[in-house]
Amino acid sequence: MFIDFFLQLKEAAIPVSVREYLVFLEALDRRVIESDAEGFYYLARTALVKDERFLDPFDQVFAHYFKGAEKSVLLNIGEIPEEWLKSGLDRMFTDDEMAEIEAMGGFEALMEAFQQRWQDQDGEHHGGNKWIGTGGTSPFGSGGANPEGIRIGNEGPRRRRAVKVWEQRNYKSLSSDVTLNTRNIKMAMKRLRVFTREGAEDELDLDETIRRVGWTGIMLDIAMRPTRRNRVKVLLFLDIGGSMDPHVRRCEQLFSSAKNEFKHLEVFYFHNCIYEAVWQEAHRWEGKVKTFDILHKYNSDYRVIIVGDASMSPYEVLQVGGSVDHFNDEPGITWLTRIKEAYPHLVWLNPEPEEQWKYTDSIQIIRQLIEGRMHPLTLDGLGTAMDSLRKKYKSHGMILHH
Amino acid sequence: MKFEGTDQYIATKDLQVAVNAAITLERPLLVKGEPGTGKTMLAHEVAKALDLPIITWHVKSTSTAQQGLYEYDAVSRLRDSQLGDERVKDLGNYIIPGKMWDAFTADGKLVLLIDEIDKADIEFPNDLLLELDRMEFYVYETKKTIKAERRPIVLITSNNEKELPDAFLRRCFFHYIRFPDEETMKQIVDVHYPGLHEELLKEALNIFFQFREVQGLKKKPSTSELIDWIKLLLAENIPSDYLAKVDLSKELPPMYGALLKNEQDVHAFERLRFMQRRF
Repeated sequence: MFIDFFLQLKEAAIPVSVREYLVFLEALDRRVIESDAEGFYYLARTALVKDERFLDPFDQVFAHYFKGAEKSVLLNIGEIPEEWLKSGLDRMFTDDEMAEIEAMGGFEALMEAFQQRWQDQDGEHHGGNKWIGTGGTSPFGSGGANPEGIRIGNEGPRRRRAVKVWEQRNYKSLSSDVTLNTRNIKMAMKRLRVFTREGAEDELDLDETIRRVGWTGIMLDIAMRPTRRNRVKVLLFLDIGGSMDPHVRRCEQLFSSAKNEFKHLEVFYFHNCIYEAVWQEAHRWEGKVKTFDILHKYNSDYRVIIVGDASMSPYEVLQVGGSVDHFNDEPGITWLTRIKEAYPHLVWLNPEPEEQWKYTDSIQIIRQLIEGRMHPLTLDGLGTAMDSLRKKYKSHGMILHH
Repeated sequence: MKFEGTDQYIATKDLQVAVNAAITLERPLLVKGEPGTGKTMLAHEVAKALDLPIITWHVKSTSTAQQGLYEYDAVSRLRDSQLGDERVKDLGNYIIPGKMWDAFTADGKLVLLIDEIDKADIEFPNDLLLELDRMEFYVYETKKTIKAERRPIVLITSNNEKELPDAFLRRCFFHYIRFPDEETMKQIVDVHYPGLHEELLKEALNIFFQFREVQGLKKKPSTSELIDWIKLLLAENIPSDYLAKVDLSKELPPMYGALLKNEQDVHAFERLRFMQRRF
């Protein structure tokens, strides 16, 4: 029935599925709304849009598709059943007005004229005094001044709404909000979960119970243990130097996912390479923290994720005073080495395409330094990076209970 | 069964359509929106308006889908077995029904509120797909299927902390509660404080909407904050002409603690005032 509309929604990259479309038709069929245009819009919206980001694109498609087509919408819902026209009349007219309708020849006559005119009409009409449309004195249409008129759609006091609800674009600000699709990134990050048992003992430890019962022979001795919880701790270093600008979106996605996924997450920002200080605030270069303080404060079971393109002049990595924006007493490589040594679990995520890494000297230097633990900032790369962060943990044989 | 708001709750028309679609088609309704716009309250009001009981399942970060269905208390059973309790023989004695079980097996129709579904693990909604779709689940321990005789009206709220999976979204109707405009806000205040002095309301709303304009607030004051604030204003008997004289560029309004909930926001506000004074 509204297949074109459905396809246009798809075209506008609004994720609608056939299933939702069918639900929408079912809802129409079961008369969730009375046949008014506004209700139709609300119903389409609640059935087809599942995320506030898509409300604004939806409004636009809706406005485009149904521009002036309210008439056909109403007809398409089915032949206009007499009951709703009648019941609708009660709501639309006061007693006085009903009396005036009688004066015009009564309801039947009005309806006949309505249908006649509906068929004759070939386009949209606003103003004027005969055709069905808006704002006129014809008995048929919306927002008009004829007391004998039939209002089509558009509930509520007349002349109150100049613009259709879907034309107001109330959700414009929501679509530009950074609520990016990060679910798949979070799923990849899920691989980096380190479960430990801490806190209240609230779970039956079956193995231990069996062991104890075996030991005592008859007496049942129940052993409890705390539930496994994800206790992974992460230090995230993000490069926000100028060359990272093209990758901002992906980094934002990564950042917002990490924020949700890791309970213990510390985020620091740096410019091209890590030197003696990093920042806690991305935008204002505020909250300067000494790198040494970080090394001292967070112990070695923190996992380190560095995100950066590692593309810079080799001097910035290797030379004293090589930094582009300040004089560094020690070369970047010294600092990177310190971090590497303090944290055995470290990966570098590089948003540059992997094929291009070999053409950049600084990438080569850093890759070598961190023993090849550089992964591309793609879903796959993220997955392998998370796996490698876990594996290291195992090979070092630290607190690991499974 | 139609929901049209209650005398305590102003439901805009789009919200009514969404709720009624969920009621008629017996599918869950997912409600999102800024904090304090009455997402949770909606479920209670729907229950009240339709005169149905309500079951609330508050989801926490440690909640699992299984907890909503049922839990098998093996520990009690082991303990009882040691004491020779007769109950041990029936495993059913140790199955503890969860909120979904309660909702499915209730006598009549009811409202089931799954509150803050985004708080739980990212897999949580996926684990409930089938249960919400067919409104039934299988109990492995007793080999029985629990099926809803009358599908409950399911309302789900989310604060957008985590994104919900597409498969889950496809099964729900969706409504985003927009922040009320001034007209709706007046109606909302009116149901809470009928007969509130016109002037006081006007001045309070004026200050309130100015507060919301302030950039960089961590938590913008919302409907529930406004209601609380007006309550305080009334309790302290603050006259409307006093509010009218409040110049936000010089001072904070009385009882501002109800509107600004944390220190950073008070600072943000003061910084802004400082800037305004300078220019």
